Amino acid sequence: MLDLGLDVLFKGSNMLRLLQGLWVAMQISLVSIAVSMPLGILCGGLMTMKNKLVRFIFRVYLEIIRIMPQLVLLFIVYFGSTRVFGWNLSGETASVIVFVLWGTAEMGDLVRGALISIPKHQYESSEALGLSKIQTYRYIIIPQTVRRLIPLAINLITRMIKTTSLVLMIGVVEMLKVAQQIIETNRMTSPNAAFGVFLVVFILYFLACWPISMLAKYLEKRWR
Amino acid sequence: MAETLLTVENLTKKFEGNTILDGLNLTIQRGEVVVIVGPSGCGKSTFLRCINALEPIQEGTISLQGTPIVYGSKNLAEVRQKIGMVFQSYELFPHLTVLDNIMLAPMKVQKRNKDEVKEEALQLLDRIGLKDKADSFPRQLSGGQKQRVAIVRALCMHPEILLFDEVTAALDPEMVREVLDVMLDLAKQGRTMIIVTHEMQFAKAVADRVIFFDQGHIVEEAAPDEFFEHPKTERAKQFLNVFSFEKVEHNK
Ligand SMILES: Nc1ncnc2c1ncn2[C@@H]1O[C@H](COP(=O)(O)OP(=O)(O)OP(=O)(O)O)[C@@H](O)[C@H]1O
Ligand SMILES: [Mg+2]
Repeated sequence: MLDLGLDVLFKGSNMLRLLQGLWVAMQISLVSIAVSMPLGILCGGLMTMKNKLVRFIFRVYLEIIRIMPQLVLLFIVYFGSTRVFGWNLSGETASVIVFVLWGTAEMGDLVRGALISIPKHQYESSEALGLSKIQTYRYIIIPQTVRRLIPLAINLITRMIKTTSLVLMIGVVEMLKVAQQIIETNRMTSPNAAFGVFLVVFILYFLACWPISMLAKYLEKRWR
Repeated sequence: MAETLLTVENLTKKFEGNTILDGLNLTIQRGEVVVIVGPSGCGKSTFLRCINALEPIQEGTISLQGTPIVYGSKNLAEVRQKIGMVFQSYELFPHLTVLDNIMLAPMKVQKRNKDEVKEEALQLLDRIGLKDKADSFPRQLSGGQKQRVAIVRALCMHPEILLFDEVTAALDPEMVREVLDVMLDLAKQGRTMIIVTHEMQFAKAVADRVIFFDQGHIVEEAAPDEFFEHPKTERAKQFLNVFSFEKVEHNK
C-alpha cells in the first residue's frame, strides 16, 4: 500500500496536538471575527457619511491594510511593538490585533459597497409612502443590505480562518506549526509523513471552512 | 362647488443655478385628472418630486388641503401619506412579497390593523387581476405587473391625490395597455390625479385638463380636445407635431 506516513499521527498524542493546534487557530479567528464584524459595520456606515474627512481617513486605512501582506503586518505588530513601545505582546494577542485591523477594514469596505449599491429610488419610494428615515432604514435599506452582505461577509470569514496559518511565523503554535513539529520529529522513522500530515491538515481546514461556505451559497440562492 | 385640493404658488426650483421651474402656479380640484405633457427635460418629473417634497425648492409654496408641504419638515410623513406616487422605474421593494410591499406602509405608518389591511390589499389586487401573485416577489413579475402593484401600494394608503410619473415609459409596448387601463379605472372612480405621460391618446382620454410645460413655465393649459386639436401656442404645436408622421410618398 502507498505509505503516506499516516501512522505518525497515531503515535503518542500527535492527533490530539494537531486538533489543539486547530483550536488555537480557530480561537484567534473567532475572536478576531467577533470583534471585527461589528467594527466593520460601524466603519462601513461611517464611510457612507457625507463627511469627506471621515471618508478620507478610512480610505487611507483600507489602502494601507490592503497593500501590506498579512505577514508583514504580523511582523510589524509583533516585533515592532516590542521594539518601539517595549510591549511584550504574546503571539496570540499580536495575531488578534492584526486580524482585527484587517477584518475591520475589509468588512467596512463590504458594508460600504452593500449600502451604496441600494438604489436611490428605494429610499425615495419608501419616503414617498410616508415612512420616516428610521423606518426606511429598518424595513427597506438594512434588510436589503444584509442580504447582499452575508455571502460576502462569510467569504471574508473563511479567508480569515485560512490566513491564521501565517501566525506560526510569529511563534504561535497553531495547527500548521504542530504539523511541522510532528514531521520534524519523525523524519528518520517515517520520511513520507510530510505528505500524510499535511493532507490531514488540509482536510481539517476544509472541514472548518466548508460548512461556512455552504451556508453562504445557500443564503445567496435563497435571497437572490 | 369643488374643493381645492392642491395649491402650488410661485414654485421655483433650481439645480446648481439652473432654473428648472420658474414661478409655477397651479391649483387642482378634488376629483380632477390633470395630465402634464412637455418635451424631455422640461421639469415634469421635478415638478412631481417637489409636490412630494423629495426635492428642496427655492421659492414658493405648495399645500395640500391647506397643509403646507415643506421639504425636510417634521410633519412631512403625515402629508406624504395623503400623496400617492408611482415612478417610472419599478420601485417595489425587492426583498418583500407583493402583499408585504402593499401592507408595509399602512401597517407601519398608519398603524392600521393587519387583517383589515390585508383584506383591502387582496381586494385591490383582485381588482387588477393579480390576486394570485400576492405571495410572489417583485422579480417574479413582469414590468407591467410591477407597475400595477406599485399603483395598488399607493392606493392602499388612501391618498387624497395620486402622482404618476411616466409609469409606462419603461414598459414593453404590450404591457403599456394593462397599466393605462388601471389608471383609466381610477379616473372613473373620481380620484384626483396628476399624470405625466408621453402617451398622447391616453392623455386625451383620461384628462380633464392638459398642461403643457416648457422651459420651466406652464405654456398652455386647456381641456384635452382643445389642446390636442387646436393648440394655441407655437411651441405646443411643434411639440404635438413630434407625435404625428407625414405619410411617406412612394415614387413608383
Ligand atoms: N438631481 C439633479 N441635479 C441636477 N439637475 C437635475 C437633477 N434632476 C433633474 N435635473 C435637470 O432638471 C431638468 C428637468 O428634469 P426632469 O427630470 O424634471 O425633466 P422631465 O420633464 O421629467 O423629462 P423627461 O420627460 O425626460 O422625464 C433637466 O434639465 C435635468 O437635467
Ligand atoms: Mg421625467
